[in-house]
Amino acid sequence: MSLLSLSDLAVTLRGRPVISGVTLDIAPGEFVGLIGPNGAGKTTLMRAALGLIPAAGHSSLAALPAVQRAKLAAWMPQSREIAWPVSVETLVMLGRVPHLGAGQRATEADRAAVESAIAQMGLGPLRHRAATRLSGGETARALIARALAQETPLLMADEPNAGLDPAHQISTMETFAALAAHGKSCLVSLHDLGLAVRHCTRLVLLGQGCVAADGPPAAVLTPQRLQDVFGITAAYLHTEDGPLFQPLKVTR
Amino acid sequence: MSRVMIALALLTAALFTASLLVGPADLAPGDSLAALWQGGDGPVAMVMRQIRLPRALLALMIGASLGLAGAAMQGYLRNPLAEPGLIGVSGSAALGAVLAIHTGAAAMWSLGLPLAALGGALVGVALVMGLAGPRGGSLTLILAGIAISALAGALTSLVLNLSPNPFAANEIVFWMMGSLADRSMTHVWLAAPLMVIGWGLIGTLGRGLDALTLGEDAAGAMGISLPRMRLVLVLGTACVVGASTAVAGAIGFVGLVVPHILRPFVGARPSRLLWASALGGAVMLLIADIAVRIILPTQDLKLGVLTALVGAPVFLHLIYKTRKDGI
Amino acid sequence: MMAGAAVLFSAPLGAAPSRVVSINLCTDQLAMLLAAPGQLMSVSRIALDPRVSSMADEAAHYPINAGRAEEVHGMAPDLVVAGEYSSRDTVALLRQLGIEVVQFDIVGSLEEVRDRIRQMGAALGREAAAAAMIAKFDADLAQLREDLDGPPGPDAPRAALYSANGYTSGDKTLSGEILAAAGLRNAPAEAGYGWGKLPLEVLAMLQPDLVITARRYPRGSRAEEIMDHPVVEGLNGQAARAVMSDQDWVCGTPYVLRAIGDMAAARRKLEAGR
Repeated sequence: MSLLSLSDLAVTLRGRPVISGVTLDIAPGEFVGLIGPNGAGKTTLMRAALGLIPAAGHSSLAALPAVQRAKLAAWMPQSREIAWPVSVETLVMLGRVPHLGAGQRATEADRAAVESAIAQMGLGPLRHRAATRLSGGETARALIARALAQETPLLMADEPNAGLDPAHQISTMETFAALAAHGKSCLVSLHDLGLAVRHCTRLVLLGQGCVAADGPPAAVLTPQRLQDVFGITAAYLHTEDGPLFQPLKVTR
Repeated sequence: MSRVMIALALLTAALFTASLLVGPADLAPGDSLAALWQGGDGPVAMVMRQIRLPRALLALMIGASLGLAGAAMQGYLRNPLAEPGLIGVSGSAALGAVLAIHTGAAAMWSLGLPLAALGGALVGVALVMGLAGPRGGSLTLILAGIAISALAGALTSLVLNLSPNPFAANEIVFWMMGSLADRSMTHVWLAAPLMVIGWGLIGTLGRGLDALTLGEDAAGAMGISLPRMRLVLVLGTACVVGASTAVAGAIGFVGLVVPHILRPFVGARPSRLLWASALGGAVMLLIADIAVRIILPTQDLKLGVLTALVGAPVFLHLIYKTRKDGI
Repeated sequence: MMAGAAVLFSAPLGAAPSRVVSINLCTDQLAMLLAAPGQLMSVSRIALDPRVSSMADEAAHYPINAGRAEEVHGMAPDLVVAGEYSSRDTVALLRQLGIEVVQFDIVGSLEEVRDRIRQMGAALGREAAAAAMIAKFDADLAQLREDLDGPPGPDAPRAALYSANGYTSGDKTLSGEILAAAGLRNAPAEAGYGWGKLPLEVLAMLQPDLVITARRYPRGSRAEEIMDHPVVEGLNGQAARAVMSDQDWVCGTPYVLRAIGDMAAARRKLEAGR
């Protein structure tokens, strides 16, 4: 059983092919890091997989009706947009939107999901704070809690680490890893290959709109691919504290 | 119902009653309310039932419509400056109404007037939403609004100036500023059906507007259909603004001031703001309409004058705030 | 001073002007009534409109002007007759160009109708014709008042003038005097409302015997819509309704006698129904 199945997915924007021929499956319990240089099509791939933009080929999620899809996959766009000063609790409760029928009020189950998401992200002390007045790290946590409250088997996030300090980056990755350990799956686009190598169970490398490699981190990040796709050399060490990855030089 | 809603509902009821008791004819409150209730052929019943009741009802309905439309547009565009009057929707509705009156369409078919205003409003709101884009940036929104208001205003003036009726040219002020003087139950029945449809349409948007707090992508991934929302919003706004403008002219700023004041009281949630703004709009317009009758009892002081006196400073304040945040 | 200008720029002393242009509806009609053949060169466009002009047919025999300084100047008049409220800029410009302009104030009473006839007679050098017209005016007015003794008493029917925008006219206006001359009480005036807006509520409370509304213009306007308000219509059930023929009411000309006659007829009909 896969949570997301893409076959031959292709997106053309303004006559220019952005991604093409993308085929991949995500099974429960995987923490997939989507990596690739700027402009490789990471965001486009995820949005097309969700059915937010028209695409050729097949996506198991995009094929579903919107409401059903929303019960299977939660999505965190890169822009951490919060338009109105709603409380953190209200913000997290928005994750329950797909589960409420028309005109239906939040049930005990909805409240429990919100409470658990708030607890998981340590937002208890901030729950009554206006979400527009949070720091960058707090905002990121609140938005992850919102996605968690959606209680979907698959969570997709676009560069959730952007703009966060090292401690927040690590704890964000650990949150996703913990979710995967509990049988959910995460598909997360990342720029920090070091973090990707340490936390992800699998990496999908995008280069020029195509899947250049797909598999365990050590198998994907070979020196040749780093050179071809990223144009860098890197040190990849296996230590007592786990794998360490450090980019070194630009080769082109 | 939350405390805010109860307070607003009580205030609306009190102001509605007050509106029934204010007028140039010196009537005792007890007698006039009794006459309103019992009816009859007497002059007091005539004043109450055919002059003051429609006026109070229209203030209530139009205020609610404008408050609701403002809250819905702001929620959708995620911009506190979106308001039917400021962005030219009321102005284009007025153009539609003026065209209906001065081509004779309104005289031939009683629904011609509200439907023409609806058509005008539809064009206005569709233009603004098209120009402002999915997330209405303040700059594009205001610029689009200025352009559409100016064009609609000029065309309205042109139609009125071309009219062979010598009174027409003097009515530009009414269409730009709005008034509830000397309306009748006919106007209530003319406006009510479209307004009810519009309220119903906008009322379905609450959850989608809440989800849009997180942006379009997040809302879309939560199962909200944005094209459907957009269509419902355009139609709903055009219905309520068109119907309001057809009978009372363009009354600005209600949809700006009311959501702005009430937002903190509803935890900034767009869905709760919708109905709170509807009641708040009714309160604001009832107050304004009572005030115009007290300030200048025998003249027709335009409602838009008062709403602008309150609204323009709020508008300036909001511009100042968005400027700080970077437009 | 005006006479001085005439000496400087036009005919010799004492001679009547020979090229007269009128740029105001009321002066149009007075001039048409009093001018010698060939003396009046042009009247204003609005004089052609039968809704406001009692002499629309006669006006059709004259060249028409739109009241603009340039075209009026092009007609090389030696006298322009204008209203007190004709465009100040136009009047000032014409005077600057050396054309004599005589302005006529609006008429607020029947007495002033006689004054304007006399003024127009003097301006055109047609004093005798004016005097004859005033004499006829007085005689006709006396005849119209024949069945009345003095101003309307407490038993006289109560009328309310109610025109576009809900405007009414008090006692000290030409319309008010027309009502009084026709033997009608002016209900809004008695309630303290002078010229200006009469609130619809007050009209309903006054319960007049006769509501006199203005005639409609083509295409609708909100200003006139008020005359269709259910309250005005409702009063109709209880009160009679008359429509004023505006053209006889707006200007201080002998045609106001026709308005008085119409109103007196409406009053007699009302009294007969009692």
